[in-house]
Amino acid sequence: MTTHQDPAVRAAAGVAPAEPHAAVAPPADAGRHSGPTPATDWADGVDTVQRAAGTGDELQPYAELGLRDDEYDRIRHILGRRPTQAELAMYSIMWSEHCSYKSSKVHLRQFGEKAPPSDRLLAGIGENAGVVRVSDTLAVTFKVESHNHPSFVEPYQGAATGVGGIVRDILAMGARPVAVMDPLRFGAADHPDTARVLPGVVAGVGGYGNCLGLPNIGGELVFDPCYQGNPLLNALCLGVLPVDRLQKKDAAGPGNVVVLLGAKTGRDGIGGVSVLASATFDEGSEQRRPSVQVGDPFIEKLLIEACLELYDAELVVGIQDLGGAGLTCALTETAASAGTGMRVWLERVPLREPSMEPHEILASESQERMLLVVTPDKLEAVLKTAEKWGVLATAIGEVTPPAPDGRPGRLLVTWNDHVVVDVPPGSLVDDGPVYARPMREPADLILLQADRAETLPRPSNPDALRETLLRMIASPNLADKTWVTEQYDRYVLGNTVLAQPEDSGVIRIDESTGLGVALSVDGNGRYARLDPYQGTKLALAEAYRNVAVTGAKPIAVTNCLNFGSPEDPGVMWQFAEAVRGLADGCLELGIPVTGGNVSFYNQTGAAAIHPTPVVGVLGVLDNVADRVPMGFVPRANGDHDQVYLLGDTHVELSGSEWAWVTHEHLGGMPPQVDLGRERQLAELMAEAARVGHLSSAHDLSDGGLAQSLVESSLRRGVGVRIGVPERFADGSLPFVFLFSESAGRALVTVPRGHEKAFTALCDERGVPWEQIGVTDPAGGALDVHGQFRIGLDELRAAYTATLPRLFGGPEAAQVQVEAVRTGTTTIAPATATQPVDVPQRQQPADADDPAAEAVAAPTTGAPVSGGPTSTGPVPDDPEARASASDDSAGSTPAPDAPAATAPTSDAPAGPADVPATGPAPQADAATSDTGEGDGQRPTPDQR
Amino acid sequence: MTARVGVVTFPGSLDDGDAARAVRIAGAEPVRLWHGDPELHGVDAVVLPGGFSYGDYLRCGAIARFAPVMETLVDAARGGLPVLGICNGFQILCEAHLLPGALTRNQHLHFRNRDQVLRIESVGTAWTNTFQPGQEILIPVKNGEGCYVADTATLDALEAEGRIVARYVGGNPNGSQRDIAAITNAAGNVVGIMPHPEHAVEALTGPSLDGLGFFTSVLKHLVGTPA
Repeated sequence: MTTHQDPAVRAAAGVAPAEPHAAVAPPADAGRHSGPTPATDWADGVDTVQRAAGTGDELQPYAELGLRDDEYDRIRHILGRRPTQAELAMYSIMWSEHCSYKSSKVHLRQFGEKAPPSDRLLAGIGENAGVVRVSDTLAVTFKVESHNHPSFVEPYQGAATGVGGIVRDILAMGARPVAVMDPLRFGAADHPDTARVLPGVVAGVGGYGNCLGLPNIGGELVFDPCYQGNPLLNALCLGVLPVDRLQKKDAAGPGNVVVLLGAKTGRDGIGGVSVLASATFDEGSEQRRPSVQVGDPFIEKLLIEACLELYDAELVVGIQDLGGAGLTCALTETAASAGTGMRVWLERVPLREPSMEPHEILASESQERMLLVVTPDKLEAVLKTAEKWGVLATAIGEVTPPAPDGRPGRLLVTWNDHVVVDVPPGSLVDDGPVYARPMREPADLILLQADRAETLPRPSNPDALRETLLRMIASPNLADKTWVTEQYDRYVLGNTVLAQPEDSGVIRIDESTGLGVALSVDGNGRYARLDPYQGTKLALAEAYRNVAVTGAKPIAVTNCLNFGSPEDPGVMWQFAEAVRGLADGCLELGIPVTGGNVSFYNQTGAAAIHPTPVVGVLGVLDNVADRVPMGFVPRANGDHDQVYLLGDTHVELSGSEWAWVTHEHLGGMPPQVDLGRERQLAELMAEAARVGHLSSAHDLSDGGLAQSLVESSLRRGVGVRIGVPERFADGSLPFVFLFSESAGRALVTVPRGHEKAFTALCDERGVPWEQIGVTDPAGGALDVHGQFRIGLDELRAAYTATLPRLFGGPEAAQVQVEAVRTGTTTIAPATATQPVDVPQRQQPADADDPAAEAVAAPTTGAPVSGGPTSTGPVPDDPEARASASDDSAGSTPAPDAPAATAPTSDAPAGPADVPATGPAPQADAATSDTGEGDGQRPTPDQR
Repeated sequence: MTARVGVVTFPGSLDDGDAARAVRIAGAEPVRLWHGDPELHGVDAVVLPGGFSYGDYLRCGAIARFAPVMETLVDAARGGLPVLGICNGFQILCEAHLLPGALTRNQHLHFRNRDQVLRIESVGTAWTNTFQPGQEILIPVKNGEGCYVADTATLDALEAEGRIVARYVGGNPNGSQRDIAAITNAAGNVVGIMPHPEHAVEALTGPSLDGLGFFTSVLKHLVGTPA
């Protein structure tokens, strides 16, 4: 690659003479057409502003480009004429749902309005990514974005460019990208199309991120039939910058040069945002493949290095990445942000295909490009830096002043001397349509919520429990994700302190001080389907807790809101509830939303995905050496750690992984969420980590305590022996103890000698604790006293076999080598020729083992007499809903929800083994499972 | 005097910073070398780091071998300069014919990153002289094209001459012939290794500290080398 220097740009005052061009279009003949003519018929040249002014009644394909009649009329009103072809293309993409947030804007405002005060926030919503100060000199920026539709159409490139896009957002803030994460959701694990989409998406995420040299430190992998036609590829990037290197996107300073840096512009991705991201899929989706961008991570790597060098040399006035809506978005946003105008010579844009027309160049979503604004005296240095890194840099335009009367400047784009665009930039960026779309609680919700999983038959004897556990850990959503994550580089850059499968990724950002950040992304579409408000709070709570259990202090939030069609009032209601839940939750936790992304139209026909808010939480660790990993710690000489369960366990099975895996059931109300309790837990964890009370800590979420015990055991091959507390002893309550998904809980281990201090700290912080057992490094098994004992080899075999069986050969079935290293297991990584060993049962533990006593008699701490506080879902606010349902869009207001009649008689009768009386205070919610006396939770009637 | 160990940055190099950190932790002074600069700036040894030099277009390492720095480096290596090629660096050394054979696509066709046990087979090289013969070490492996291949005669010669430096143990992550993870040239000063010792030099970030041995070895080698 060479650097293309164009000194002509400095000579340009008004409309500069363009370079000689072999195929100069003849001036458009404005008077040639008379009467309505299809606007695509320009046999002899481009559609110019001059021509547009003279052919006002020419038919334009605005509807095909996704614009409504009233939106088109508005464009004509703004311009005082019909738009040119290029202008029409620009408005159609900038006013698309993806770019304009026209359906979501009215709701997203809450993130700003309800934001808790934060002195850390250096850049917030509206910027490419939020920037948070983490020390006097360092800041971090992070954001999660969707690339859902492209990843369904073309999995590899869709996923690859999803990573590439979010990385450029981070780069544009002045940060060096230092890590990525990938929350992924697919249809049923055994569906044939999942076998098409998943390997491509994973290879794309890995192919791009690995080649960029960014460690992948975490993410999600979720399977649910609701994502069958609409898989979700969300990508998060984390960046680090010195606080004084923060970049702006303003095209400030008239006379400054506009430089396009990076790849050549091609026909890829044209219409990506308007065609792909802003409409639902139908039968013709496969023909949209050309709309998916094609990525080249090598160019992006060079772009990163070049930009960082430009920042450090202070050569840049303003910078913006080119992502969705390409040049159109970058030109208009930078100009609108500064209130300036811009003059662009479009024929100077380096093209991959010389036959491209102006509207294609403006709409192209070719990857790996950035737009720079530089002062004329620095232009040469900028071009030289680009040349050093082998990146194309081209001066394509100039910043022009605002109008003499103070109004913002105009964006003037020429194509070989012909003016093809003459618009106020702000009209594309800020003056797009805003809709308060009609909202209505989905009609089926009340029945869904009444159909509670707490009434399903549960396993109630040791054999059934054992079988359930093995089946659960082998289910696709709970099984080992190594098949996916080992395709990602987690080591590059040498600062990865924790990565998947840990609760959070932890990255060291300052080698001299040990300062680091922890990041987790979480979402649960089933919870959100049952109650989008609570479900979103639960996603926030889980991400927050995942960060907290590493010992980090959570400080900021990002989000990616994946929903169906906003034109469906039911979806719009879910969206509004989710946003309200996240905004309220962040206010309660005292941490601000710093940015995010909305993805609508994740819908095939009438079937929308579950509402899927994915929440990312970032925390700070003053010294990453204090981080607490999730795995039980091997100890020599019969030593062991005490195992504690923090938080309260209720009978909460609705929306759970167990209900889905065992009964394919989705119904009831999701677990309660108490953000005050989450906050107490986080403060406890940070303090306990700092003083060294914790040898391991693991969040409890999907799959409940059983899942966490298995994961913590297998991580380093250390067994554990626990006892079921007495109040969970009878009937199916041991099952509840092991598989309930109550929020606000964590599993921690405490080394010998720290027990008293740790439990005292729990009491001081008001976090309920209970010693439930001991680690058993020599035992090699998960032993639940009086219930069952499963050897780690058997657990590992069940846990690790699922994904390789579904997506790859036996050669992919590998186990955690760490266990080999620590000498805690003899099992070797499996290969094609060396399969995982056949599981073997372990011998029962010796009766005189000191650990046995502890197991047999769990001790309980913290006052529990009150039982769980009642923090049920916030009732819907019909007034708020009605006022938000502005029917300016011409729709009828949402009718009232159907009369709330709880169909309790429809619910299956409670299993006979459920005890009729609550055995202990903390378990008193269990009594509700008999179908009566539920004082803790709103009954369906209350909704 | 502190040894000066060069780390070359090609366009697309990714683990250059990690290699420099490992050099520093081992007690030497890292010197950053640039692909377009043929000058080696008087370094005592050179590390070719992992990554995707020149996008790994055409073939891994195939373009990098023509970089100006490589012209000088190939001569210096033939003259005895210790050179360690890690991952992409190993690929470059093969393309530059400083080492025999080639690295091809992993047999299972996936990029794979895992903590890998290796057995050190040769401690006679400039980069492995602090290990014990047969010592098993744990360091990360991460590559998409790490499957070592060579013709039978070459493989037999490598075995016979003790030039197989390390083999995969407990599972071959990429299908390499004879489980080869690292080899050396006849003189023992040039070593190519597919796994990443530079990612196993700190307890906080690596699976072990076993990678440090490669970097301390070269320092020991340099001390013993007559100036």
